[in-house]
Parts: sequence; structure tokens; C-alpha cells
Amino acid sequence: MYNLVSYITLLPLLGFLINGLFGKKLHSERLSGLIGSGVIGASFTIAAMMFLEMLRTPVEDRSHVITVFNWMSAGSLSINVAYQVDQLSILMTLIVTGVGFLIHVYSIGYMHGDPAFWRFFAYLNLFIFMMLNLVLANNFLLMFLGWEGVGLCSYLLIGFWHDKKFDTGGYKTGSATTSDAAKKAFVVNRIGDFGFLIAMFLIFNLFGSLTFEDVFSRASALVTAGDKTIFWITLLLFVGATGKSAQIPLFVWLPDAMAGPTPVSALIHAATMVTAGVYMVARCSILYALAPATMEIVAIIGVATALFAATMGLVQNDIKKVLAYSTISQLGYMFLGLGVGGFASGIFHVMTHAFFKALLFLGAGAVIHAMHEEQDIQNMGGLKSKMPTTYKTFLVAALAIAGIPPLSGFFSKDEILFRAFTQGSVVFWLIGWVTAGLTAFYMFRLVSLTFEGEERWGHDKHPHEAPRVMTVPLIVLAVLSIVGGLVGIPVSLGGGNAIEHWLEPVFERAQTHLSTATEISSSLEYILMAASVIAGIAGIYLARLLYLKRTEVATKLSTSFKGIYRLLWNKYYVDEVYDVTVVTPTVKISDKLLWKGVDVNVIDGMVNVTAKLTAGASGWLRRIQGGVAQGYALAFVVGVIVILGILILR
Amino acid sequence: MSNILTYVIFLPLVGSALLLFAGGEWKTAIKTAGLAISLLTFFLSLFLYFGFDPTKSDMQFTHKVMWIPAFNVSYNVGIDGLSLLLALLTTFLTPIAMLSSWASIEKRVKEYTIMLLLLETGMLGVFCSLDMFLFYIFWEAMLIPMYFIIGIWGGQNRIYAAIKFFLYTMFGSLLMLVAIIWLGYYASTQPNGRFTTDLLQLYAIGPSVPLAIQTWMFLAFALSFAIKVPLFPFHTWLPDAHVEAPTAGSVILAGVLLKMGTYGLLRFCIPLFPQATVIFLPYISALAVIGIIYGALVSMVQTDIKKLVAYSSVSHLGFVVLGIFALTEEGIQGAIIQMVNHGLSTGALFLIVGMLYDRRHTRMIDEFGGLAKVMPLFATFFMIVSLSSIGLPGLNGFVGEFLILLGAFHSVMMSHWFAIFAATGVILAAVYLLWMYQRVIFGKITNPVNQGLADLSPREIAVLVPVLVFIVWIGVYPGTFLKQSASTTQHIVSTVRSEVKPSLPFAHRVELTQPAR
Repeated sequence: MYNLVSYITLLPLLGFLINGLFGKKLHSERLSGLIGSGVIGASFTIAAMMFLEMLRTPVEDRSHVITVFNWMSAGSLSINVAYQVDQLSILMTLIVTGVGFLIHVYSIGYMHGDPAFWRFFAYLNLFIFMMLNLVLANNFLLMFLGWEGVGLCSYLLIGFWHDKKFDTGGYKTGSATTSDAAKKAFVVNRIGDFGFLIAMFLIFNLFGSLTFEDVFSRASALVTAGDKTIFWITLLLFVGATGKSAQIPLFVWLPDAMAGPTPVSALIHAATMVTAGVYMVARCSILYALAPATMEIVAIIGVATALFAATMGLVQNDIKKVLAYSTISQLGYMFLGLGVGGFASGIFHVMTHAFFKALLFLGAGAVIHAMHEEQDIQNMGGLKSKMPTTYKTFLVAALAIAGIPPLSGFFSKDEILFRAFTQGSVVFWLIGWVTAGLTAFYMFRLVSLTFEGEERWGHDKHPHEAPRVMTVPLIVLAVLSIVGGLVGIPVSLGGGNAIEHWLEPVFERAQTHLSTATEISSSLEYILMAASVIAGIAGIYLARLLYLKRTEVATKLSTSFKGIYRLLWNKYYVDEVYDVTVVTPTVKISDKLLWKGVDVNVIDGMVNVTAKLTAGASGWLRRIQGGVAQGYALAFVVGVIVILGILILR
Repeated sequence: MSNILTYVIFLPLVGSALLLFAGGEWKTAIKTAGLAISLLTFFLSLFLYFGFDPTKSDMQFTHKVMWIPAFNVSYNVGIDGLSLLLALLTTFLTPIAMLSSWASIEKRVKEYTIMLLLLETGMLGVFCSLDMFLFYIFWEAMLIPMYFIIGIWGGQNRIYAAIKFFLYTMFGSLLMLVAIIWLGYYASTQPNGRFTTDLLQLYAIGPSVPLAIQTWMFLAFALSFAIKVPLFPFHTWLPDAHVEAPTAGSVILAGVLLKMGTYGLLRFCIPLFPQATVIFLPYISALAVIGIIYGALVSMVQTDIKKLVAYSSVSHLGFVVLGIFALTEEGIQGAIIQMVNHGLSTGALFLIVGMLYDRRHTRMIDEFGGLAKVMPLFATFFMIVSLSSIGLPGLNGFVGEFLILLGAFHSVMMSHWFAIFAATGVILAAVYLLWMYQRVIFGKITNPVNQGLADLSPREIAVLVPVLVFIVWIGVYPGTFLKQSASTTQHIVSTVRSEVKPSLPFAHRVELTQPAR
């Protein structure tokens, strides 16, 4: 059964090859879409069967390694293309193929009429292939293949409409195209990948292998907790995670990535790829458990990003930008969970977030389609009667992310906040709690301005509900957003916290090094739960009040706090700062100093001067052999006289 | 077939001699004949591949005939894993270069074809010679056809570039000649010794040369090879030569000629003078790392695509040199596969630039933009080749760069900082290539001239597809090639280790080469 794992990855690759090589000649959206979604559906089916099989097997028998072939060997390094099927990877595989399948189906409707329809599906399939390699790899290098591969697909898909103008809301105003956004995403991610690379070198030096099992099983024996090397390994891996999962300081690419088609934003920049960093940290849990200092950093960066991104989300007017900042913020939550040692809670939030954030993006896509590519929520309003299904499903997702029980987001977010309080510090919890309120606020600002209130669009637009091929995925995701949290109902609420038990064996090694939380009274748990529900409800209430009933107050607030508003609206000028301190100086120095200065003038100048000197000296020496007989005779006579003179005078 | 190696080396030479009798006007016939001869050479060289025993580290397919008895010089050829891969790269790229200039070379077609074939024999000779005198002859002889290719079929400033290329390389090799003669003489001073240029005999003698002289010998060889690589700061002949050379010249220059420098370091410098190697290792590695970063930064700001690719070679070859001097199996294996990779990827980039030049007669980046609209197939090929050069996992470039960096980091010969700084080149490669790609391919067509550009012709597809096959092959299954050079690499590494005496400065670093686990 587990041997089938290579088919899970192979099918999307097959889909990529078929659509990539012959898609244009197929001349059929139907066929391209069918192949593209079909292979992912098939992968999901196999993964689901494998999952059911795993449920039936006893716990100690659930982890398997399936080797496909030897990828590269040199010296003492040997890397296989091999997949690790266990509780964690099968869960990620189900999310990637399941949510991925729904988004593929949705794209059939969304991309209808695009001249490069086939290419879009080829890229999506390639993305799934790479993502599956990332989550199923049994070694760091294969994971890195997936890691960079998803980055490539992200690049290709952000710039899918490469000549489209794109509003960055900041730098390069007016002239940026989607290909600028794509390049930025790739380069920023590469900076993170640099960290990943160096971390791999350190791991190989320390453990002599890059295979997970070798490294993780030797970790406890070879490393003393808090050791310098393990600190650097984990920190550098985390640098990679900050790139891929858009955390401070490398988050700047994700808002721009919204330039891509909306299904791409849903699949890559919300549900799957951006959670790769979370998955990687969770996979390496034992290494992090041995590096408490890094854990602290992960938690701090996570909680800081959560708050920071949420504040920027408060003032955005582009429907997708709001969701982008929300994604960054939610990813921050996940890292907070990991950083305080709640690895399972981070992964739990990865799952629920995949459901409701994909749903939010797909809903936004339906709106954008209906509004003829309009993305500014100031020009929307009152869409709920025109697009009832989209509205209802969007509302479900918004409630889920706002943490309203019993929707999925409530359980996963609450688990993280609970861990932050008990295993981290009160400050972590407090910031997380404030962020929860902000999240509810900006989500319902979005819902109110988009779907409720008066219609603020021109009469040239006739918004209508999306076709079935798009609404059915919305409905499925809405159901998942509602019930998805049930796998993680805490014990205090009479649940079994099934997901934590499921993942327990994966994090077993790490847990032995972490201080296990002492018995916590369930009354504290209830108080924390109540607090977060209150934050969510308060945020929702305030947003509805400001953007539906007392709209003049919202305007007044933005004028009386103009400084803060401008700061948020300009995203704390982070892009501008990077531009002034890194980008421009690098280009200027390379151009003026290195190329035109050092290379052309100094180095090549010296080469040419040497040549000129040689030529000059030869030109002078040449006269000696001018071929004029009288000259030779003269030199001869002078020579004789000189020699005679020396001999005589000696 | 016992002398098959000799047949492979000299088949192009024989072919070019036959072409001498062709009439200058039979252009298509001459081109076809040239292509046929180079293809035949390629197929013949496949026998080397299939007959090669990768488990052995000694020379195979050897063929030795006494040539100048007075100086004990013989015609002596043979290959190990290193030579095999580079010889195959040569026979693979030559027909591609031949086909790439099918339409763009119109004047003196006969001479052009003859030059390319002569060049092929020269290059193969360099990679297969086991006698240093013979090696030197091939090394110098190969300069001549390249000189003419740049000087006759090149661009505006071709004479300057050709002379610069010739003199610069020549300057380095003269010092090497002195060193070769001295080595031969040194051999004669040994008990029962006589003057020899036989490489395998010198391998046994070289390490015993007194250290003071060994350093001078090493420098004489290393300078010659450093210029060829080119190692920073000896690189300024390269952008000029590339910009002026015709496409096929650039492909061969980047694809094969630069590898002679790194080949020489591995074949001669390190095994002949292991102690001196250890002494100079930090300095050469530092120059390699500077070259990686410097080449990438300068490449980033180029306005001419061909110059951009030329500077990127400085960066990529820096990786190869770093891998070689890591003196670990991972590093050297990475360096060898990266030599092949660079030949494929950069060769393909030059082919692609040539295809643009054929259409527009310019290579300035700002003349283009939005080509994806009119040349979608071209855009796809260009993308894959760029990604290979960027070092994306799954394509060939990554395998080499990763092994090199891992080997350098793993090496006790050098500080971790070498690998760390070198790894920034991985980021920069993405910057300069994607930025250029974006400006050429993406966006709207701003220059109306580009509106009517034709997509790739079947001939151009035929030129690129074979290269692409290997770009993917090496990326996914590098074992096919890595295993050919594994024993050779092992042999080189163990030679250095066994020859380094404890009395030597820096020797303490070597003894630690096998870290305790």
C-alpha cells in the first residue's frame, strides 16, 4: 500500500508533462482542465486510501520510508529520492492534494477563456508535484528540491499574466508589472534558501548525513541542548522558513504575490506553499527542541509578525491585499505555536487555515470576476444579494478565521493561544489575543464593505453568481471550515484532541526535551477561551459598527490619526527601506564601482598598459635592427672603441 | 579498435584535411560534411563511454608510441574519468556549434568549418594527452583556430579581442613550458633517471621536488591555468573574446576552452605538486570566492546580454575552482560535474543569445522586451536554460553547485566562510539572470521591430533539444556521470593526502580531513 506513494507524486508530474508538452495542441479547455484536476484527484484518492490504511495499523507501524532511486552520491554523501510516509506527511499530503484538487476544479471556471489555459494547469500540476516532494521527502535535499521547486512555480504563476500592470501600493508606483512581483518573490525566497543551504552543510558536518531519520535519531546523542552548532542549524533553517512562510524580515514578497491569478493566491500563497516553513520546523522538531534559544526566536518572530501584519491589514483597500496580510499574520500564529513547543497546534492551524483561507481567496476571486477585475473594496458593497452562495461561504470563512466557536479556526487558534500562555509567556498570549481581535475586525471590515451596505459600483457592472464549477468548491471548503476543527476539540471541552494524539509519535523525540506543561486547571482554559471569543466578537461588532452604521466615524478616525494611518497604508515603508539600503546600493556599486571602475579601468587597464608598455619598449628596441647598414657599422665601431677603451684603461 | 582514442582525437583533423580539397563555393556541402564529421566523432566517442571501466582509477584506452627518442618524448594518450567526461563534452558540443552557425556564417564557410574541426582535435588532444610535451603542443595549437574564429568571423572589435585572447593565454603558457622542461630535467637528476615528459612517471617524481622549487613550479602551472579558467583577476580577456566571437566560437570557448584551465589544475597542479597545493590553497580559493561574487555583481549590471553571460562564467567557474581546492571527494566530484554543467548551460545561453542576434543584430537588453508574445517556444527554452544556470534543484546546475559548496564547507582545508560567501552567489545568480530574462521576455512589446520576430526554426530546436536533454538528465540522475569520475576523484584526493608531509606548513589541516563521527 505504502509503495503507492510514488504515484501520489508521479501523477501530478504526468499531468504537468501532458499539459506542458501537448496542452496547446489539445485546443480544449475541457480536456486540459480534466487532465489537470483529474491527476490531483487521483493523487488525493491514493493519499486518502493510505491514510485509512494507516488508521487501521498500530501506532508503532505507521512510519514508512519508500526509496525510489539514488539521486546523487559523492564521497560520503548519498542522497536518495525517498519518501517518508508518516502521520505528519500524510496529513500534509491530504491537505495539499485535497485543497489543491478543489482549487484546480475552481480554476476550470476561473481561467475560462484564457489563451494559455493549458499552461496554467501545467504550472499548477508542477506546483503540486513539487509541494508533495517537499512534504514527503525523507531527507533535507529532496525537501530542498520541493522547496525551491514550489518557489519556481510561484514565480511562474505570479507572473502568469506577465504584461499586466500591477499596483504595488508603494515602490515603483505605476510602472510595476506582475513580472516584477514574480521576480521579487523568487529573489526574496532565495535569500531564505541561502539559510537553508548553509544549515544543510552544518547538518552534514555534524551528523554525516542529510536523511531525516539519521539526523533526528542521532540528535539527542550527538548534541547537548543549547549547543552553538545546533543553534545555528535551527536558526538558519528558520531563515529559510521566514522566506517561504513570509515572516519578518522576509515577508515583503507575499503582498506583491497577489499580482498572480486568484486561484494561485489561494493554492500557493494561502493554503499550501507558505505553510512549508511551518511544516519544516515541525519536521525538525527534535532539532528545535535542542535549541531553546531558537525556539524563543521563532516564537518572538511569529507573534511579532502576527501583530505587525494584522495592523497593515486594517487599512488595505484591495480585497486580495487584506487577505495577504491576513495570511502573513496567521502564519505568524503558527510559528508562535511552534516556538512555544506546541508543534501539533501549529500543524493543526496549518490545516484549518488551509480550509478557510483558500475559501476566502476563492470567494474573493468570484467577486473579482463578477466585478470585472475590480479589486478595490471601496468600489464594491451590497454584493450579498447578487452572489448569495459566495457571500454565505465567505461569511463562514470569515467567522472561522475570527475564531467564533464552533468553527474550525476557533479550535486551532485557541490551542495556539493556550500553548502561548502556558508554555510561553503572558506577553505572547496578550499580543496573540490583541491580534485575534484585529483579525476579526479587518475580516468583517472586508465582509461589510464587499457584501453589505450600499452598492458603490457603476451601472456598467452586472455582478452575478459564479458558475457551479466555482461555487461547488466554495461549498465544500465552507463545510470543511465548519467541521475541520472537530478533530482538535480539547479535552476540557469533552473532545479527544484527536489531531494531537495522531501527531504525537512524530513529535515524541522533541517532547522529551521540552518542559511538559504542568497540570493546568480547566478553569484557566475556559477563561482563555472566553477571552478569545470576546476578542473575536468585539472585533466583528466594531467593524460592522464602523463600516455599516457609523461610516462617518471611520472616515474621521482615518483623518484624525493621519500619521498612523499613512504609516500603515504605506506598510511601515519596509519596501522603501529595503530599496534604499540594499537594492539601490548593490546595483549602483556593481555598476559604477565594480564594473566601470575596478573591472574596466583598474584590472583591464593594467592589462592594456602592460601591452602598451611592451609595444612601446619594442618600438624603441626595434630601431636597433632598423636594417640600415650604416647604423650597424656605427654601432660596431662604437662597440670596438668602448671595449678597447675598457681594456686599455683597466 | 584498440587505438580508438587516437581515432577519436584525429578524426576531425583528417576531416578538415579532406575539406581542404573542397571548392569554396560548395557551402551547403561543406557545412553538411563538417556536421557529419563532428557527428561521426561524437558517435565514435560513445565507444569510449561504453568501454570505460569506472571502477578503475588508472588511465584507459592508452596508446603510446615513441616520438622523439632523443628527449624521451612519446605520443601518449589515455583517459580517466575526468578526461572521459570532458572529451565527451567536447565531441557533444562541436556538432551543436557547427549546426548553430548554419545560417549565420556566410563568408569563408570552408575555412570556418576547417577551423572548428581543427579546434576539436586540439581540445580532445588537451584532455587526452599523457605526455606533457604532447599536451603543450595541443594546448598551444588549439589557440590558433580560436584566434582565427574570433579574428575573422567576429564582431566589430574582433582584432583587438583576438589578439588579447591569444597573447594573454600565450603569456601564461610560456611559464608552463619552462616548468615542464625543468620537471623533465629534474627527472633526469633522479637515480637512474633520464629526461622525461611522461606524465605518469612525473606523477611519481613531482611530489619529491623540494618545496621551495615546488612552489615556483606550482605557480607557473597555476598562472597559466588561472588565465584560462579565468580566475579573478585574470578574466578581462573573456568578456572581450565572447562579445566579439561568433556564436559557435562563444559556445566552444565557454563550453570547452575554459574547462582546460580547471582540467589543468586537477590534472597537473594538484597531483604533481601536492605540498605546494596545500600552501596556495587558501589564496586560490579566496580568488575563486571573490570571482563568484564579483562576477555575479558585474554580470547583474551589464546591458549587453552576451557580456552578461560572459561575466556569469567568471562566477560559475569560481565555483569549480573552489570545489577543486576543497580537496574533498564531494567538492571535486561537484567541480567535475559542474565543468560539464557549465559547458551545457552557458553553451546553451550563448546559443540563445546567438538566436536573438541572428534576428535583430543587436544584443542590448533594452532593445528587447515582451518576446514571450511572439516567440513562446524560445521563451520556454530560454527559461529552462536560465533556471539551469541559476542552479534550480532538479536541473543540472544544482547538482554541481551543491556538491561543491558542501565539499568546501566539509573541507578542513579551508574556513567555513569560503562556502558561506560562495553560497551568496546562488542568490545573485537568480538576480542577474531573472532580471535579464524579465527585461527580454516579459512585459509588453515596446519596440515595434520585435513584433515580427519568428519563433524557433526546426534547426534551432534541433540545436537546443539535445542540450536540454542533458540539463534535465544530470539534474535528475547525475549518477550516470558522477560514477564515471568517482574513482579518479578518490585517487586525486588520496594522492594529496598521502603526499603531504607533517613538516609542511598547514599540514595539520590535512590530517583532520576525515572528521570523526
